[in-house]
Amino acid sequence: MTEPFEDVVRVHGGTVLRVCRAVLGARDAEDAWSETFLAALRAWPDLPVGTNVEAWLVTVARRKAIDEVRRRARHAVPVDDPGATGTPLVAPDAGPGSRDLDLWHAVGALPGKQRRVVVLHHLGGLPYAEVAALVGGTDAAARRAGADGVAALRRTYDGWRTEEGTA
Amino acid sequence: MTTQITERGTGGGAGDDRVLRDLHARLVDSAQTAGLLDVTYRVVDTPVGRLLVAAGERGVLRVAFDVQGHEAALEELAARVSPRVLEGGRRLDPVLRELDEYFAGARRAFDVAVDLRLVAGFRRQVVAALPTVAYGTTASYTEVAGVAGSPRAARAVGTACARNPVPVLLPCHRVVCAGGSPGRYAGGAAAKGTLLELERRGVTG
Repeated sequence: MTEPFEDVVRVHGGTVLRVCRAVLGARDAEDAWSETFLAALRAWPDLPVGTNVEAWLVTVARRKAIDEVRRRARHAVPVDDPGATGTPLVAPDAGPGSRDLDLWHAVGALPGKQRRVVVLHHLGGLPYAEVAALVGGTDAAARRAGADGVAALRRTYDGWRTEEGTA
Repeated sequence: MTTQITERGTGGGAGDDRVLRDLHARLVDSAQTAGLLDVTYRVVDTPVGRLLVAAGERGVLRVAFDVQGHEAALEELAARVSPRVLEGGRRLDPVLRELDEYFAGARRAFDVAVDLRLVAGFRRQVVAALPTVAYGTTASYTEVAGVAGSPRAARAVGTACARNPVPVLLPCHRVVCAGGSPGRYAGGAAAKGTLLELERRGVTG
């Protein structure tokens, strides 16, 4: 990417904070926010042009927040995956350049509102009420856009996988 | 320092703005510590309008007038130096202090390091030679061409001055037309007049 990173912090800082808070409490959320943006700053020059920056950041934030939950859980009782909430659409290590690139493209190809709702709810773990506050409109509308988005993803993604399987 | 966010999922607003400001400041500090603060900038009010001042690890890279477009200056820095650009941080304290002193008439030369990587070739020779024109004086484009080693390149000196990446610090405002008229200036003719007048008073006062 060749855009000044300052713009990224200004545009997406609030969303990343909400994602971190959705997984952690307010105080730990701030540490996760810091780790997210420091990691993003490090990776920024090598991030391919055209990457969906919000989706990328939300995924990094969620991973950092879950790492933090794991770290704290390790001090108590070891469990396999204490941080996972809901059903992730993308594996925790997915991101630009990983093998799930097809899904990233599919998410990026969704219409604007569906894309943001899918990213914030399914990747970011935000409840629909908070998603609605970010994208505008009612909770119900956000829920509907999310369902439509996932349905569209199933269609395109399954289509691609079938093609691959038969090739 | 941290505002009270007791509830998860509150709509945000002023409290979040403050949290985000603190987090931004923390990010700039940790980026500096981690060696990731490739370019840092601030925008300051001066008698010649709002100036953007940007520095890398080796020195001041850019001073840009409002009329030149701060966004465009930042985009150029991101594309040509590094996109790891953040606002704020302590690195700019020395140059901003020197600029304050200069605009107050209390400083005649700048001591901070300047990084001229945004300019190359003859233009770089020209801007590097600008401090030979002393505070409170002026030189013609032809005279500066001579100092830069190409007496006939007055026109190229004009271009080099117009593209000076660090105006004020490297004083292209002291280069004027042979007839004595101030000539053009990247920050606008009024800014050039303000700087020359400031220095005249600094010399006589």
